[in-house]
Amino acid sequence: MLDLTPEEWTAVRLSLRVAFWAMAASLPFGVLIAVILARCEFWGKSILNGIVHLPLILPPVVTGYVLLLLFGRRGPLGAWLAENFGIVFAFRWTGAALACAVMGFPLMVRAIRLSVESVDRRIEEAAGTLGANRFWIFITITLPLILPGLIAGAILSFAKAMGEFGATITFVSNIPGETQTLPSAIYTYTQVPGGDLGALRLTLISVAISMAALLLSEWLSRQAASLFGRA
Amino acid sequence: MSVEVDIAHRLGSFEVAASFRSAGRLTALFGRSGAGKTTIVNAIAGLIRPDRGRISVDGEIFVDTAAGIFVPRQKRRIGYVFQEGRLFPHLTVRQNLAYGRWFAGRHAGPDTSAEVIELLGISHLLKRRPGALSGGEKSRVAIGRALLATPRLLLMDEPLASLDEGRKAEILPYVERLRDELKVPIVYVSHSVAEVARLATTIVVISNGRVEAVGPASQMLARPGMFPLAGRHEAGGILSARVKAHDALDELTTLKSPAGDIVVPRMDAAVGSELRIHIRARDIILASDPPTGISALNILPALVVEIGEASGPIVDVALDLGGERLLARVTRRSLRNLGIAPGRRVHAVLKSIAIGRRNIGHVADDTR
Repeated sequence: MLDLTPEEWTAVRLSLRVAFWAMAASLPFGVLIAVILARCEFWGKSILNGIVHLPLILPPVVTGYVLLLLFGRRGPLGAWLAENFGIVFAFRWTGAALACAVMGFPLMVRAIRLSVESVDRRIEEAAGTLGANRFWIFITITLPLILPGLIAGAILSFAKAMGEFGATITFVSNIPGETQTLPSAIYTYTQVPGGDLGALRLTLISVAISMAALLLSEWLSRQAASLFGRA
Repeated sequence: MSVEVDIAHRLGSFEVAASFRSAGRLTALFGRSGAGKTTIVNAIAGLIRPDRGRISVDGEIFVDTAAGIFVPRQKRRIGYVFQEGRLFPHLTVRQNLAYGRWFAGRHAGPDTSAEVIELLGISHLLKRRPGALSGGEKSRVAIGRALLATPRLLLMDEPLASLDEGRKAEILPYVERLRDELKVPIVYVSHSVAEVARLATTIVVISNGRVEAVGPASQMLARPGMFPLAGRHEAGGILSARVKAHDALDELTTLKSPAGDIVVPRMDAAVGSELRIHIRARDIILASDPPTGISALNILPALVVEIGEASGPIVDVALDLGGERLLARVTRRSLRNLGIAPGRRVHAVLKSIAIGRRNIGHVADDTR
């Protein structure tokens, strides 16, 4: 029963690719925003915080539609990116990755922000007295110390991307081989007669991937935590 | 080496307005907790930007608010040993020690890590992480980390405060060796008279954010009325001495000092080695005539120099013993009964067992 059809394999591979890039591309931004929210005081901080968290509370369809308006072929950002950098999101797998990244962003930022807030700034001061400037303090002290939160945030983002459906299908539709991720494929199966078995197969795959991601995150966190414990 | 500080800085309702200059090998900033000592060293290190004032080390200006100069902390090359150690938890001891050298660049000089590791006795800890170190080990690694950044000045902010007496006794000799062997100028923050008496060459007394007095350690410690600031029963004076002989049978050591020979409990120091002894004022008894039939082994002729202000029944008497200044703490009644007054010759009686290991340190040539 676990013999997947080539189309199903395509959906699995596409999902993994979309989730990986959604996570990888949003990670630097996630760290940046988390550090800003954790450490800086400025006017409009709560507005920035609100914007980051919006996808968590809005209906995914709304997020997908806003992405379509902004990043669609005629959207202001979409047109600009296509013209200047040749980056197209509309109805491409890259658009699916963008939708997943946006949906997973609040989870990622929350996890990283917590770990940034728990870093003892006096340790960074100590690094300063030893000659390190802000950049090197960040690379050699802050980044290693927030590693557990970074891993947790990345895995959360990845897991969210594996499960994202509403925003993706609204933004980039459900094109097999291009934007049809696992959830979209399952949804398609449930819409056609006799699709139950296919839906079940993909559901099992979905569960297995999510479980593996969780176990991996546990293991990585333990590795990172042992850095700080007794060596 | 010289440190010049003249700053004003407000922290909430507390204001620090401190001005002093020191060329001492180990300058102790001495005063109660909350007196503003840490604020001053933080300003020297560049961790805070004072509201007004100037700071210079060896003639190089770090802060001059009038001229708009503020050198960032990473460019000052000032080693800072923090009270809580502040070791990097994710790095091994070896990596912690190497951290500063990596950034020292052209100032790095010859690699002295082997020497420093040896001096601090931390060679067996190199592969561990700070989480697996004891309090005393952490202190020593923190000292090593600051030293290996080849600082022009070492700041130590109560490096022993979080340690118990045993651990303190373990670290103090290392600090003496930094001062005497590596010749790193040190600014040492402490509220402990015993530590200051043992280590300092120059003392800056800080009280309520202000500098109360500055001077060479031996003079400062023997000033009557100096220590209501800092726990009265630690007040006293410093005597420099040299080991003259050991008596194995009675387990005693005889020291030769300008004040005369002093017998103390047997100590581990070679004959001829130079020491400084911190003698607490409350451990000295005054006698108008040489006492006989007394168990105390040390009876030293002394000249009364000055009588301090009485505080309750107690009064401090400043003594001159062969050129060295010591304090004796007696009651006002004894003062009256014995007729003690400046210029009078008396005898200072000192029990041998009043002098323990924590009162004796190795010598630093005082920059008087």
